[in-house]
Amino acid sequence: MGNQYLLSLWPDFLKAFWETFQMLGISLVLSIDAGFVLGLLLFASDRGLFWENRLLHNISGFLINVIRSTPFVILLVLLLPLTQRLTGTTIGPVAASVSLTVAAIVFYARLVQASLCEVDRGVIEAATAFGASPFQIIKEVLLPEAFPGLVRGVTVTAISLVGYSAMAGIVGGGGVGDLAIRFGYYRYRTDVMLVTVVVLIIIVQVIQIIGDKIARDADKK
Amino acid sequence: MVTIDNVSVEFHGTQRLLRAVNGVSLSIREGDVFGIVGTSGAGKSTLLRTINLLQKPTFGRVVIDSVDITCYSGIDLRRVRQKIGMIFQQFNLIHTKTVFDNVAFPMRIAGKPQTEIAKRVLYLLELVGLLDKIYAYPSKLSGGQKQRVGIARALANDPRILLCDEPASALDLETTNAILDLLKGIHRKLGITMLLISHEMSVIKKVCTRVAVMSEGVVVEEGNVYNIFASPQHSLTQSLVAHSLDLELPERVLGSAKGALVKAVYKGIKAEEPVLSDAIREFGVGINVLHGKIEYINDQPLGVLILNITGNEQGVGQTIEYLRTRTASVEVIHG
Ligand SMILES: Nc1ncnc2c1ncn2[C@@H]1O[C@H](COP(=O)(O)OP(=O)(O)OP(=O)(O)O)[C@@H](O)[C@H]1O
Ligand SMILES: [Mg+2]
Repeated sequence: MGNQYLLSLWPDFLKAFWETFQMLGISLVLSIDAGFVLGLLLFASDRGLFWENRLLHNISGFLINVIRSTPFVILLVLLLPLTQRLTGTTIGPVAASVSLTVAAIVFYARLVQASLCEVDRGVIEAATAFGASPFQIIKEVLLPEAFPGLVRGVTVTAISLVGYSAMAGIVGGGGVGDLAIRFGYYRYRTDVMLVTVVVLIIIVQVIQIIGDKIARDADKK
Repeated sequence: MVTIDNVSVEFHGTQRLLRAVNGVSLSIREGDVFGIVGTSGAGKSTLLRTINLLQKPTFGRVVIDSVDITCYSGIDLRRVRQKIGMIFQQFNLIHTKTVFDNVAFPMRIAGKPQTEIAKRVLYLLELVGLLDKIYAYPSKLSGGQKQRVGIARALANDPRILLCDEPASALDLETTNAILDLLKGIHRKLGITMLLISHEMSVIKKVCTRVAVMSEGVVVEEGNVYNIFASPQHSLTQSLVAHSLDLELPERVLGSAKGALVKAVYKGIKAEEPVLSDAIREFGVGINVLHGKIEYINDQPLGVLILNITGNEQGVGQTIEYLRTRTASVEVIHG
């Protein structure tokens, strides 16, 4: 009986996974790129580095902190007008990706900044002394030297996004979180709730394992 | 070749302005191995870093081959830097690149063709004796090997100037000597102009031809290494030289010696014999050699003797005066 009910929900499950996958995919791809650029800017505008600029450094740092200290649900609501303008709707996984992306950009930017700070200043100085341009330093020194840290940052960001995407689901984004609320909570179907939780755990585990492996393989220190 | 003209560097500290380099003027000639020696915090690294503008001088000019580079930036500055090699105390190799790629790095930066890079990397690694580690990562190398890679990398773009900031200070004694010998050999072979920082006179003595002594941002003494060793003028130089010559006498000898104890420094090997016997005959004193050695600085011998002079007061005094006229310097330790 219970099994049959779960089976009858199969199309709903599939749709929910697809929506979650969309939200994760869109926001992760966008936030890794934008987050990297922002994190790099934050790092390189610091004292003694090649794009030293106190004003830029402080302003971007402050903006990031403002966004990061806003609880995600509130950010979601605050960004509804922007979402409407960008996607033409506030419902569905693509619309939900807007606020997810914004939250993940600033999150990943800080992680990028932290892993770039781990790069030996002496090595950056050596590259400068040999006449490397800022872009050569980024490509030949910062990226390879910080790569394991950057990958770990992507892993952490992706896993946070799984959690955030479930939250975004509640306010119309769809996905696994939405499914859990609609069936598990409103209709008291604990079994549905359990299945979604198990699926979320599996997604997180897979992300973690892949991320760890890439980071470990890249670590030459 | 390199002229540092009245250069000052100021740092804005949390409480007050710090003048790490204060009005230093030096001129380094083509082919010199120029040493900069001084205590920690004297401003040696800061001064050295002004030469490739890793540190912009607050005042003054840096002139390389009659070109004032102080205001250079962007691509012009990068071109200048590509012709100035630099090696570091902490090696500063790129951890995620192999030995080959580390040495190739400056050439890739300069846009050299791939085939030329490969050939030159092999040549450089042979020069520093590290061909067998060509595909190793830095983490698998010893400190001495890392510095050899650092030296090969610094020479990659065939620079005419090599800056060395305490190249051997992170290494043990034996490895230090091997690295210094390597640098000396490279200087002999390539005739490259070198600037080398150290806080030890013994390192300067081993490789440098000229030296500047720094203290609190100022050059207090400068000259030919042999002459600085033979007759140091400033008290800091004197203590650095004395430390390096290492002619310490045991307390017991110092305490029990009657008469005068003097340290005489003379140039050349054979000079002392007739001087001492002349003095003994002339002034009727006894002279006892307590300690002595001959140092070779730039292949010139420099002798140091610690003498115990006994006899009547007048004779001892006359002997000391006589020694002063016949040797490079005489220091009365006591008596
Ligand atoms: N970037 C900086 N900002 C502020 N102060 C600095 C900076 N770099 C150096 N200093 C200060 O300038 C002074 C000289 O430093 P420098 O590193 O040139 O000395 P040094 O002679 O090389 O000493 P060491 O033998 O310990 O390497 C020190 O007091 C140091 O604290
Ligand atoms: Mg230093």
